[in-house]
Amino acid sequence: MRFGVVVFPGSNCDHDCHYVIKSVLGQDVDYVWHGSTDVAGYDCLVLPGGFSYGDYLRTGAVAKFSPVMKAVAKHADSGGLVIGICNGFQILLEAGLLPGAIMRNVGLKFICRFVDVRVETTSTPWTSAAHQGQVLRIPIAHNEGNYQVPPDVLVEMKRKGQIVLRYCSPEGSVLQEFNPNGATESIAGICSAGGNVLGMMPHPERASEAEIGSEDGMVIWRSLLAHCGV
Amino acid sequence: MARAKVYITLKEGILDPQGKTVLRALKSLGYDEVGDVRVGKYMVLELDGTDKARLEERLGQMTEQLLANPIIENYQMEVEI
Repeated sequence: MRFGVVVFPGSNCDHDCHYVIKSVLGQDVDYVWHGSTDVAGYDCLVLPGGFSYGDYLRTGAVAKFSPVMKAVAKHADSGGLVIGICNGFQILLEAGLLPGAIMRNVGLKFICRFVDVRVETTSTPWTSAAHQGQVLRIPIAHNEGNYQVPPDVLVEMKRKGQIVLRYCSPEGSVLQEFNPNGATESIAGICSAGGNVLGMMPHPERASEAEIGSEDGMVIWRSLLAHCGV
Repeated sequence: MARAKVYITLKEGILDPQGKTVLRALKSLGYDEVGDVRVGKYMVLELDGTDKARLEERLGQMTEQLLANPIIENYQMEVEI
């Protein structure tokens, strides 16, 4: 399987993603510079975390106009796999590849710690190796993770099974006290209607080896590989 | 050279964490008359041109496309020739 990790000015989780894909998953991976307009040949594009364009104006607001984003949109529209992690998720929202918007955390603080998230659907390429309701321990690291979406759009998203991950207690209960950032209905990750585009605030690439505290992020990667027949 | 002002605020109904924090701070300073605070953005742009209607139309496009996120934000703008 061939991955492309998109590098924007200010991306800072690009190397982590590259490392996990190459050294842990054993797959082919290239960096794709944001100025590139060609993403042909990649099975999956990764928009990594970081602070693209310094988060100026709004997170992801400037990155969505990077030349590469037209190619990413085309890839996604034709059913290609795209995962946006943290800032990558924010970019996908600004670009309109996923519904909704991200606002500042309710507590106004940058939060960097492990959280528990519950798998809400296993009918996506990203969660097929999980079991329904499985709790994953994966870290977040963001100042803007407060996911907001108009109520009518949310209804439609639920109907189509687009809510993929919710913040929860270690036992898997979705309660407001375990919502770190104020996100609507504790949403931590969503996918497109077709399921091929995933956006999530937690960092699976930071939870892919037991040595660094958790390998629950591997559930996402293993699902993806299984989906692609690897 | 024309000058444009764009004011961007969060839509009604969207929780404004910064506004709430400023509100609490003002209350703690004794400004009891303050009912609510909404924090927004104010931008000043210099524009080439003298056709006000045309400049307003273009500025609206700029705002919708980049300066504001219409999902969560409202905006007002003024163009002075």
